[in-house]
Amino acid sequence: MQEQETLENESCEGDEQAELVEELLIEEISIDGMCGVY
Amino acid sequence: MSALTTELKRGLDAPICLTWELTYACNLACIHCLSSSGRRDPRELTTDEAKVLVDELRRMQVFYVNIGGGEPTIRRDFFEIVDYCVDGGVGVKFSTNGAFIDAAMARRLASTDYLDVQISLDGIDAATNDAVRGDGSYAVARRAMDHLADAGFGPFKISLVVTRQNVDQLDGFKQLADSYGAQLRVTRLRPSGRGADTWHELHPTNEQQRQIYRWLLAHGEDVLTGDSFFHLNALGEPLPGLNLCGAGRVVCLIDPIGDVYACPFVIHDEFLAGNVREAGGFGRIWRESELFLSLREPEAAGACASCGSYDACQGGCMAAKFFTGLPLDGPDPECVGGDGELALVGVSPGSAPRPAADHSKPVRPSPVTFVRR
Amino acid sequence: MPSAQAESTQLQSVALGDRALELAPRVALRPEQFGALAYHYGTRRLVFLKDRQLVCVVEALASHPSLDATFDACAVDVRRRPAFERAIAGLIESEMIRERADD
Repeated sequence: MQEQETLENESCEGDEQAELVEELLIEEISIDGMCGVY
Repeated sequence: MSALTTELKRGLDAPICLTWELTYACNLACIHCLSSSGRRDPRELTTDEAKVLVDELRRMQVFYVNIGGGEPTIRRDFFEIVDYCVDGGVGVKFSTNGAFIDAAMARRLASTDYLDVQISLDGIDAATNDAVRGDGSYAVARRAMDHLADAGFGPFKISLVVTRQNVDQLDGFKQLADSYGAQLRVTRLRPSGRGADTWHELHPTNEQQRQIYRWLLAHGEDVLTGDSFFHLNALGEPLPGLNLCGAGRVVCLIDPIGDVYACPFVIHDEFLAGNVREAGGFGRIWRESELFLSLREPEAAGACASCGSYDACQGGCMAAKFFTGLPLDGPDPECVGGDGELALVGVSPGSAPRPAADHSKPVRPSPVTFVRR
Repeated sequence: MPSAQAESTQLQSVALGDRALELAPRVALRPEQFGALAYHYGTRRLVFLKDRQLVCVVEALASHPSLDATFDACAVDVRRRPAFERAIAGLIESEMIRERADD
């Protein structure tokens, strides 16, 4: 039982890990792209 | 829609930057002027009121102001205000026709920290430019550019409004900018201010819009557009930029008498959020005005809901719709699908809203000469 | 005014986590609901930081001997650290963050 749970937990963490690394936490903006702005 | 654009549409705690028109006075009388400038409004903010405003912008951490007008360098306290901004950590970018930029001023501008200059030009030759901006204005602008170059100012910007008459000159404009090491800014004509009366003859044709789109796709990485052409994204691959309307959400306008509008192209009561002289100043208006809060609500596609291009064009520009008499929840007058043109047929002549006030000089201006202080 | 040299983006033997970092001098960091906006007055570049804990890390960088130490101080979950490292690397690339001269 315990063994099974551990395996399940590991694969969940693996997926989360992939997702979290993928996530881009910054984004550069080109603000000179706004009307009325020079 | 990225997380970024979603957040920006919800409105920021303070503008990233904003347009600040310092004066309605101007030595020119461009036929498309978005602020109908010419004569100074006697209710202009005083130097002290301007500084109080700058103090507030500093506290709000507005990164920079885009100073314009009218012709901002006409104000006698122009440098006093600019220096006050820069010394306080608020950057300054300003737009000018160049009439007052002689060698001395160019050197002063070159020595000021965080200051960007944009020279307006609407044609690569005097004939094309002066038809819009007045006799002699081309020569004046070029001389200002030469002074900036001689003073070692570094890269300045050349900004044009695309019209039916200059759309074939885009390559020429790029070459002109390159010759100065300057950056080119290509912007969209709106039917705002005096533009309300000249829009129908000046705005690009449908075919010319496609020409603009193709040119921007080819040159977009090197050229600024003020994000003013996102209505053209319905034609295909999106143009570089944020591609969203920032009015009341990311940016706004403060006019010479302290009125706060959603953007410089909608100077009209319908888009007036308040006045900085009121209690709470600019900050209260930005955070709590009814107008800005409503602009931060999710947009409804309205009549455009069934069109597959709405996600790309987002219904276009509210200023373009408003001043041509079209409803805001329908197509842009220059909708690339032709829906705007169709809708315009239903607008009865003379029924479109008129700009808030006309600051135009009553007399036809004499030819522009280079002004020395 | 010339922008800071992005020396730190070159491959070095020191891992990012071990480097002492700081916000570049001409950068303004402005908190927002979603995180923060970072504006560089020299380069005129603007970056959107999408996570408030990331903002805490960036603000705390200068007070800690290394990025890893800053992560520890800000209690950043170890599973989030790769994404945070990518973000910090991106901010170094945009010249918003640089290596500290001291240490």
